[in-house]
Amino acid sequence: MGMYILKRLAISIPVLFLISVGAFVLVHLTPGDPADMYITPDMTQAQVEITRAALGLDKPLVVQYVDWIGNFLSGNMGFSFGNRQPVLEIIGQRLSPTLILMSISLIVAYVSAIPLGIIAALRKNSWVDRAIIGWTFFNVSFPPFFLGLALIYLFAVQIDIFPTGGMTVLGAENDMGDRMMHLVLPVIVMASQFSANMIRYVRASVLDVLSQNYIRTALAKGLDQKQILSAHVFRNSLIPIVTVIGTDLPKVIGGAVITEQIFQWPGIGSLTVAAINSRDYPILMAIVILSAVAVLAANLLVDIMYAVIDPRIKYSK
Amino acid sequence: MSEIILSVKDLTISFQTLDGKVSAVRGVNFDLKKGETLAIVGESGSGKSVSMKAINRVLPQKNTVYDQGEILYQGKNLLELSEREMEKIRGRKIAMIFQDPMTSLNPTMTVGKQIAESILIHEKMPKDKAMMEAIELMRLVGIRNPEESCKNYPHQFSGGMRQRVMIALSLACKPDILIADEPTTALDVTIQSQILDLIDDLKAKLNMSVIFITHDLGVVAHVADRVAVMYAGRIIEIGTAEEIFYNPQHPYTWGLICSMPSLDTKDASLYSIPGAPPNLLHMPKGDAFAPRNAYALAIDFEEEPPFFTVSASHAAATWLLHPDAPKVTPPPEIIRRQHIFNSFMKKDKGGEAYVGSHAASGR
Repeated sequence: MGMYILKRLAISIPVLFLISVGAFVLVHLTPGDPADMYITPDMTQAQVEITRAALGLDKPLVVQYVDWIGNFLSGNMGFSFGNRQPVLEIIGQRLSPTLILMSISLIVAYVSAIPLGIIAALRKNSWVDRAIIGWTFFNVSFPPFFLGLALIYLFAVQIDIFPTGGMTVLGAENDMGDRMMHLVLPVIVMASQFSANMIRYVRASVLDVLSQNYIRTALAKGLDQKQILSAHVFRNSLIPIVTVIGTDLPKVIGGAVITEQIFQWPGIGSLTVAAINSRDYPILMAIVILSAVAVLAANLLVDIMYAVIDPRIKYSK
Repeated sequence: MSEIILSVKDLTISFQTLDGKVSAVRGVNFDLKKGETLAIVGESGSGKSVSMKAINRVLPQKNTVYDQGEILYQGKNLLELSEREMEKIRGRKIAMIFQDPMTSLNPTMTVGKQIAESILIHEKMPKDKAMMEAIELMRLVGIRNPEESCKNYPHQFSGGMRQRVMIALSLACKPDILIADEPTTALDVTIQSQILDLIDDLKAKLNMSVIFITHDLGVVAHVADRVAVMYAGRIIEIGTAEEIFYNPQHPYTWGLICSMPSLDTKDASLYSIPGAPPNLLHMPKGDAFAPRNAYALAIDFEEEPPFFTVSASHAAATWLLHPDAPKVTPPPEIIRRQHIFNSFMKKDKGGEAYVGSHAASGR
């Protein structure tokens, strides 16, 4: 197992390298020039060229990439084109709001989704099941921007309970209650997306396990439903559930572009949009690398969990 | 005659499907005596598995309808018990082994735990003591080195060993009745006979009654004291193993026996019963077997035959046993067997002919 993890970590280095090359090329091929932001109508062509040179944009693409990766490997992620702050510092500031929003959303989603999925499976085709499945269908079909706007309209504009956006009220940065109030609406939007997906996977997975022969064996042994669920169904239905968790986890770091925009949440998601709009290459590259690392780490974690859950899964070397 | 431990009376079960009501079991009657092995024989879809699963009530609750009949065990009708009362009987009094040992064990739980779980359901004791008992059971069913292998998962066992684990698991509570649902179908032949011998051996040790569900007459000959032949949801012939193998009366039983390969069967000449079992959604009028029956009489297409008593232990549902029925000549193989049977009977009964006392009796 230890060997297997080391091997996977070793493989992820060339993968990250290829991702960085691909991302670098794509980012630089996008139409638009970062220097545009600095250009004022009265600048001469020579001044524009100086600005471009200052940003390092006058060099050939290959040289730019070598410069970037050289800096990256020595721990220097560069400076934002926009405000000339270190990229690492900006990412650091934006990471914790995203971590807070996304991890709370995921916890809320899973804590509600797993029991609901199990109940739906146990009461298959009953009205309870139909209600739960209808609810997930509703959530999946509502785009987050619409749900977000609808919630803001209802609970922030019409009935003024929750703030329309942001993380805190100015000057109340340490007020826990205020922070909570700011979290409610964006968490509802994010959690409804995560949970709808999860409920369906849990239901399908539990139904699949319930139809297995070893459940019939457990029944014939004389176990009651509770014992069958906890001893035989739960662990066996975890594989698809862990797979879904694995696809959700990278979003905890990568952020939610649309929801963060709507609620003016100062996280990675809204940073991504801003960086794209201003062609802030160093920031974009940092976000791409961060997300790639998150995806690779989540995949590795999921594969390790598989082996923990199911003794039949063994990784050789 | 030893005491009757389980009595199934007029059991009728149907399944509610999208296409309509499927009558899977249509009036099954039999008694199980203490310490005996009863084999239920029939082809797929004959209702043998369904009627046995009904005894332990492990059929899907949603669409199963128990139309009528009763299953009497210790004076109680199992069909009327609540789910909670049934949990006390399942495993503890009536245990089951299933056909497919590959999938009948939980893949993510060690086999020792699965056996110990069975013990713990019905008897309160510390977990390590239950594990010790589980190890003993594994030794009893012939699993080598049980102290070590109890920590293994099912996928680390071969099919035969898994079936032994299943048996250990079902014996955990020393049940009165063991229902073995085609326990050897998924195993290869050498392992098959080991498992059959094991069940037979344990039956004697634990004084259990065993119901064997199978479509393999070889298995029946190996283990059964009595045999019930099922067709299209009904028992059509029931008797001792000797009576069924050497003096069968029902044309369907004839067909089954003739389709058994023997050492002198030539490659191309293995007999098979023509046609296919009836669609249980639309049962034909009269005897369900009539359309496939070379010996069918006109009345077979009109009315379902009642049971005719052949001997105290032997009865068959075929109009051929009616006093007014024309005499038919069974296939040569059956005549050969009946000849053997008769010569034995003559020895036993001092020359008194046994077969042919076709006393008609209603159901």
